Amino acid sequence: MDRNITLPITSEISEELHIGDYCYLNGVMYVARDAAHKRMDEALNQGKELPIPIDNAAIYYMGPSPARDNRPIGSAGPTTASRMDKYAPRLLDLGQKAMIGKGKRTKEVLDAVVRNKATYFAAVGGAGALLSKCIVSSEVVCYDDLGAEAIRKINVKDFPCIVVADCHGGNLYEEAIKEFQK
Amino acid sequence: MRIINTSEIISNIKEMCIEANHYLSTDMDKKLKDVVNTEESPLGKKILVSLQENLNIAKEEMIPICQDTGMAVFFVELGQDVHIEGGLLTDAINEGVRLGYTEGFLRKSVVKDPIIRENTKDNTPAIIHYDIVEGDTLKITLAPKGFGSENMSRVFMLKPADGIEGVKNAILTAVKDAGPNACPPMVVGVGIGGTFEKSALLAKKALARSFDERPEVEWVRNLEDEMLDKINCLGIGPGGLGGSTTALAVNINTFATHIAGLPVAINICCHVNRHVTRIL
Ligand code: SF4
Repeated sequence: MDRNITLPITSEISEELHIGDYCYLNGVMYVARDAAHKRMDEALNQGKELPIPIDNAAIYYMGPSPARDNRPIGSAGPTTASRMDKYAPRLLDLGQKAMIGKGKRTKEVLDAVVRNKATYFAAVGGAGALLSKCIVSSEVVCYDDLGAEAIRKINVKDFPCIVVADCHGGNLYEEAIKEFQK
Repeated sequence: MRIINTSEIISNIKEMCIEANHYLSTDMDKKLKDVVNTEESPLGKKILVSLQENLNIAKEEMIPICQDTGMAVFFVELGQDVHIEGGLLTDAINEGVRLGYTEGFLRKSVVKDPIIRENTKDNTPAIIHYDIVEGDTLKITLAPKGFGSENMSRVFMLKPADGIEGVKNAILTAVKDAGPNACPPMVVGVGIGGTFEKSALLAKKALARSFDERPEVEWVRNLEDEMLDKINCLGIGPGGLGGSTTALAVNINTFATHIAGLPVAINICCHVNRHVTRIL
């Protein structure tokens, strides 16, 4: 099913989503990948506050290429989500509701998706130029020294992605393959 | 003897870095267009159509095809009648990469030390493989390699008794494990034979081979065809979301090996299989 979604994604919205839904996201999401997740985790270990409001947050696993003049951002496709598996359950338990990336997740992450009524979306890997055009604005929020790995706040318009793990326990990567296996 | 100045090398490498990250080679481009018509899954087809749009935006607006503009891998064939003037060839290649990645708005994805992980901020050093060949030309192939798919690559040290069936299993295992992580549809580079490191190099070189060039040896050609069919029956599909297009091609290179061994390397590449060659 095709759906237009206005961010933030809440538990109520998550409950309506099912694997295979083709969604167009609109609104604010945060961008963070390996190094930023590591720092957020360390901040939590030290009892410090997270640098972004985590409640109902959508985090896009991405590290853009530099923006050309008059563009908000460069190429901006998803990176492999499994590298964030170590950190994701903790953030989901703290209120994060959506993850956008590509590729398989561990059972711990999928369990945290169900437990917290969250959603894991896949954006099309390797479509960084196309996805760049769906990003209306971008600003670095913190960890500027990490360059392409800094945390950004972006505004997206009709950002296409597909529900691959829903809060009902569905996993599209497993289901879809069965259908086309010969 | 022919003299080539490093300044010529630097400017060519700079252009090659920018070119490779915005335009696919014609054989890759054609293959990606063809599969739109043959994909069986509607969602898979939709993804393949977005990849077409992505390629158009990349070249029209000069936005890199993928944000992971890769680690710069080079295959250099230096004719032994060439004399390089103006500095070291390796330094010239790295300087070209530095200029290409900083001035071409490409992502700097290289860290200086694998554990300390501080970014070098100019995408150097490049990975350079040299071959000394006959003649008086310098042939340079650049293949920027993304790590989503690189991370899913494998080397298997099989036993001679495992034979061709062992090779087939190794390839299928690597592709299945890669699944959605390697941004399918993928290109599968395979190296069979040599030593541990030679097999990996054969596999990487296979990725840069044009689909129009087929291996001379019959069993290798047949194995390429058979594996492509088998991989496309796995159901992984575009984006790993199910479908009949899991791989665009399987390119296999072979080499002599030891009586006790059968090394098989599988280097997985995504649909952004970039390579540019120039001859100076
Ligand atoms: S695997 Fe390829 S297409 Fe996917 S993110 Fe990496 S470079 Fe881009």
